[in-house]
Amino acid sequence: MTDEYEVTVTVNGRNRASRVEARRLLADFLRHDLGLTGTHIGCEQGVCGACTVLLDGRTARSCLHFAVAVDGSDIRTVEDLADLDELHPIQEMFHQKHALQCGFCTPGFLLTAVELLESTPDPDEATIREALMNNVCRCTGYANIVDAVAEAAVQLRQGRQP
Amino acid sequence: MKPAPFSFVAPESLDEVVEALARHGDDARILAGGQSLVPLMNLRLARPEVLVSINRCRELDYIAVSDDRLVVGALVRQIDAETDPLVAAECPLLAQALPYVGLPATRNRGTVCGSLAHCDPLAELPAVALALEAELVLTSAAGERRVPAHDFLVAEMTTSIDEGEVLSAVAFKRQDPSEQSALAEVSNGGHVFPVGGVALRWASEEGVCVMARIAAFGVGSVAQRLTDAEAALVGSDLGPAAIAAAVAAARSAVDPTGDIAADADYRRHLVGVLVERGLLEGAAP
Repeated sequence: MTDEYEVTVTVNGRNRASRVEARRLLADFLRHDLGLTGTHIGCEQGVCGACTVLLDGRTARSCLHFAVAVDGSDIRTVEDLADLDELHPIQEMFHQKHALQCGFCTPGFLLTAVELLESTPDPDEATIREALMNNVCRCTGYANIVDAVAEAAVQLRQGRQP
Repeated sequence: MKPAPFSFVAPESLDEVVEALARHGDDARILAGGQSLVPLMNLRLARPEVLVSINRCRELDYIAVSDDRLVVGALVRQIDAETDPLVAAECPLLAQALPYVGLPATRNRGTVCGSLAHCDPLAELPAVALALEAELVLTSAAGERRVPAHDFLVAEMTTSIDEGEVLSAVAFKRQDPSEQSALAEVSNGGHVFPVGGVALRWASEEGVCVMARIAAFGVGSVAQRLTDAEAALVGSDLGPAAIAAAVAAARSAVDPTGDIAADADYRRHLVGVLVERGLLEGAAP
């Protein structure tokens, strides 16, 4: 029952491989096997969205996937957003608009915002709020997060490079 | 928490899936999107010894029309059905319901068939399957059988899928272009876990209702057809008196229980409100 399985995925553009038990959650695979601790684990039952990653280009809860079941997939995590010394425009707007307090939920919100703005460059507030239902924040009351995403959309439309 | 240990296979064809199920019996569970199963495994409320992933079975990723049916394969993700032009044209009720299912991130991975196989009493799709008179295609080493939705949906988290069977597709009845349909539900903030809801479709000819299908969820242990409410509409002009009769019939037909989200009386009241709301909103141009 403790058989291990070879898992090979592309994470933030790099091929990564490891041998893990079948029960290894993708979130734990990223954090413990690959050392990518930007992905946070909150509820571990799919409700909070802190562990959101982009799985083959779409948001997914990494706590609701087994690493072995996504073998061969393309994954983007929060570590992919910033350059060495320059934040992604969405991160920059979260900073400027005070869209985080404790920051635990922030990686999930950022990837939800990435998915939204890549598919819908000019969202209205209702569309932003609908997308952000993916994620729970217990600090901010959401208003500043909505503002940050709306302002990031403006920045990205004006050609700021992600 | 973390799941209990299990072993994992990911066959590349339906034949191999069925072989794996035959080999492992009721120790095995199917893994499609996993958006209902994995939370239960993380909480150790489910402890399958073997997971049989269908995620490599490309043959199960299809949406097709066959005679009077729209057939959705077991690997079709909810988000893909939600945006599929064939679904919008042939089964608008399904397209109307899908945005209410879970959250965008869970719809990205969760499948239409997976939600039906899970059979949560608060899930929208079992009620949609009833209203669209769906047939569930169950495949095993012995072959294939097609089960009507009302026989498939047995009780809370319980379907008529037998040991060794996989729900390989669902065949919804295609809606006539003259039909109207609606999905109405109420939830406490967000729409992850609704309190209750109804799925409706109906048709009129020269001002007289000639067909009605109504199914409710969240007001009993499993989604149910509201046949008395349907009968109150058929032959009527769908005016206020007919709607009031359907509302009363809907309330009489359900046997809800109370929980942290709403008590039983509220849910009984709610099902009537939602029947009326669905009929009025679905009729709006």
